[in-house]
Amino acid sequence: MATPYIGASIKRKEDYRFLTGAGNYTDDVALPGQTHAHFVRSPHAHAKIKSIKKDKALKAPGVVAIFTGDDLAGAKVNGLPCGWLITDVNGQPMKEPPHPCLAQGKARYVGDHVAIVIAETYPQARDAAELVKVDYEELPAVVRAAEARKNGAPVVHDIAPDNTCYVWGLGDRAAVDKAFSGAAHVTTLEFLNNRLVPNAIEPRAANATYSRADDSYTLYVANQNPHVERLLMTAFVLGLPEHKVRVVAPDVGGGFGSKIYLYAEDVVCTWASKQINRPVKWTADRSESFVSDAHGRDHVTRAELALDREGRFLAMRVTTTANMGAYLSTFASCIPTILYATLLAGQYTTPVIYAEVTAVFTNTAPVDAYRGAGRPEATYVVERLVETAAREMKMSPAEIRRRNFIKTFPYQTPVALLYDTGNYEATLAEALKIADVAGFQGRRADAARRGKLRGLGYSCYIEACGIAPSNVAGALGARAGLFEAGEVRVHPTGKVTVFTGSHSHGQGHETTFGQVVADRLGIPMEDIDIVHGDTGKILFGMGTYGSRSIAVGGTAIVKAVDKIVAKGKKIAAHLMEAAEADIEFKDGAFVVRGTDKKKAFAEVSLAAYVPHNYPLDKLEPGLNENAFYDPANFTFPAGSHICEVEVDPDTGTVSIVNFTAVDDFGKIINPMIVEGQVHGGLTQGIGQALTEGCHYDKESGQLVTGSYLDYCMPRADDVPAFKVGTKETPCTHNPLGVKGCGEAGAIGAPAAVMNALTDALGVRDIEMPATPQRIWRACQESKMKKAA
Amino acid sequence: MTVKVSLTVNGKPASAEVEERTLLVNFIRDSLRLTGTHVGCDTAQCGACTIHMNGRAVKSCNMLAMQAEGADLVTIEGIAKADGTLHPMQEAFRQHHGLQCGFCTPGMVMSAIDLVKNFPDPSEELIREQLDGNLCRCTGYHNIVKAIKAASQTMRS
Repeated sequence: MATPYIGASIKRKEDYRFLTGAGNYTDDVALPGQTHAHFVRSPHAHAKIKSIKKDKALKAPGVVAIFTGDDLAGAKVNGLPCGWLITDVNGQPMKEPPHPCLAQGKARYVGDHVAIVIAETYPQARDAAELVKVDYEELPAVVRAAEARKNGAPVVHDIAPDNTCYVWGLGDRAAVDKAFSGAAHVTTLEFLNNRLVPNAIEPRAANATYSRADDSYTLYVANQNPHVERLLMTAFVLGLPEHKVRVVAPDVGGGFGSKIYLYAEDVVCTWASKQINRPVKWTADRSESFVSDAHGRDHVTRAELALDREGRFLAMRVTTTANMGAYLSTFASCIPTILYATLLAGQYTTPVIYAEVTAVFTNTAPVDAYRGAGRPEATYVVERLVETAAREMKMSPAEIRRRNFIKTFPYQTPVALLYDTGNYEATLAEALKIADVAGFQGRRADAARRGKLRGLGYSCYIEACGIAPSNVAGALGARAGLFEAGEVRVHPTGKVTVFTGSHSHGQGHETTFGQVVADRLGIPMEDIDIVHGDTGKILFGMGTYGSRSIAVGGTAIVKAVDKIVAKGKKIAAHLMEAAEADIEFKDGAFVVRGTDKKKAFAEVSLAAYVPHNYPLDKLEPGLNENAFYDPANFTFPAGSHICEVEVDPDTGTVSIVNFTAVDDFGKIINPMIVEGQVHGGLTQGIGQALTEGCHYDKESGQLVTGSYLDYCMPRADDVPAFKVGTKETPCTHNPLGVKGCGEAGAIGAPAAVMNALTDALGVRDIEMPATPQRIWRACQESKMKKAA
Repeated sequence: MTVKVSLTVNGKPASAEVEERTLLVNFIRDSLRLTGTHVGCDTAQCGACTIHMNGRAVKSCNMLAMQAEGADLVTIEGIAKADGTLHPMQEAFRQHHGLQCGFCTPGMVMSAIDLVKNFPDPSEELIREQLDGNLCRCTGYHNIVKAIKAASQTMRS
């Protein structure tokens, strides 16, 4: 029988509840006797907290309790930990300033948590928060990465007087310098990778409850990795016994990285639930999300590419300053290093690369992973350099790429990664065809007749998904494992519940993982449920980030299924009085090879739970298996994006008239879901390029783009209908041959858009987001240049 | 000060005592416990709270509960048939993968039904323009647009 499930666009199991309003998000959870919390946040970017007076607020209607940093310190609640230790160029550990859950002594960014006000209703908590009197002494603030290390810059943390968290390097600097000195051509670009706010449409939320009956806690939280949240909170912050804390991340309304982390609000609500012996619920409003969710990107970079006369890449040199914000968020330190510099080889054979990254503290919200996390920044560097080099050397952008593509695998890059497989020419060739690049000059001429400027831009990205293996990551500073866990529970009747440590917050795991299990067990998908997001149900999990779910979480499930089949063979052999070696599992039945004797899957599962005729002397009853999977390597999805834009030089407006993405994600389980992931990623990438920019006022440190009125989220009429295609080179080191697809769009798109836009305008660079104002200005400047 | 608000929701009478400043969306979510209507922003931009009031799509975060006194409301919970069969718009979203995390989805569906009511045969361009009041961070809108186009055909036939 063919495999009907793998590669089929099966409609999603989760959709019915979402379409009928039956989803269960954290803010939908109402616990008996729950109270409501509101956080008092610093209105200043940098200020000494001289005193906090809460007496008046405590008397306000409905107020139950108010806690400040002093209360947490008194209760020995620790600060939030950072999960990755970076060692600097001198072998010294990065600076790790304390990250208190409620500010102690100083507030370091607008939105920094100062106190929690808990009341019977949310409006009461909010009203009372207005009455908490905080006496601030304002201090000068620094918000921009480029200014953090300047002499006289305000100091964010005393332990880092130069605001430097680390200076880190990767690659052979001397070899790179030598290659540059002998190069026929050098292309240099300097740019900002703009700060973004992730903006999952569901704001962060927490609802924590404590039970005196058994001294246990339950925390409902909008989070991407409930086990990691529990581990960090119990072991590092609250010192609670891990088995006494249950973390449930129910339906979660998008994450994009921003819900990976352990946030102060989660800790404070959990701690406070015991203090008041009642549930404490908090849901961010959007304004709070803007100031307090971890942001993404925010790099200042100088990048150089050395080429020979034929356009072959000889070396790359990259210097980046990365803004960490005021505190180190959970994985902040590894984003601009381990997940950035290691990707600078891109799809090319550049023999030597050196990257130096300086991470700085500023008086802004913490910066951490946002869809792509380091890899979009790396792709932007590589693909803007390559396209610019092609223009400077008068080569076709496709040809310069082809000339430098990696063609044999496995391939060891000069920046630590070992690519297992890929076919970059195939994705580029397909993209050129779909995008009708051959017809572009005609379309450009037509646009010119209409007074419009057309441009074409490429981006051939590489991604590294499913960061692994744990021991290598550990040697690089990871303070956590990077495996995944899965459990397959076969019920007596042959129905199956699968528990996965991967979390789904839009990715459709209930469907995709169901397809994988249905395929492997040869039973209908209706007989399988996928359960995720609850430490009370799932054995363990590292959660969802870095496009790891199918490659790591999916493989853990496959391994557990394999154990089920292996045990089933033993049971079937006994039932059919055959040798175990003669049993094969095919189409949902255990068959004695070469005969018509067989036992259906449900017959074997029933025998396992009603073990009357069963080899009890050799085999335990029951049919339940779990597996942990720690991958041997990353997976390396890659693809080619081609963007075509049309600019109206009179207004500066730009429209994306054509966007083509051809991706190689290895084996694809559900093409419909994969395409959806690509569309969403592309839109976030286009958002970064054209509309989204998080902006802090340089003097006051106020977040200027603090709402959807100021921060321009892409809307339906900002993006085109996408043309997507796939090529398939299966991953060589996992049994499904899968690579991951969640971030690809956001990684590839910004460079493709900006390459197209600079092509249309005939300029070297334009800052992201390329708003109509910036584009119009660029048009005026080039007009003036032409006139002069 | 509290005030009693009485209205019709999904064909049934409903009432609750709320503070005067209570927003309609909080009345729906907290007082009536109809949690399918979501709150994604505080500036009436995201559209996750969209419901139908007296036959028109409105953002329920942008008005007080009191202002809906006596009104006829339909929320996402009232869109499918009583036997659970999905409305053609809901079915089209499912068929065309017009949702991922599901958070913006109720508002999207409510807006989309209104859109097709006003424009029974909308072009792709018109759908994109009309969706201006609803944000989705997951889908890139591609499949939402496809779903609405498809549903408009089903709803006409």
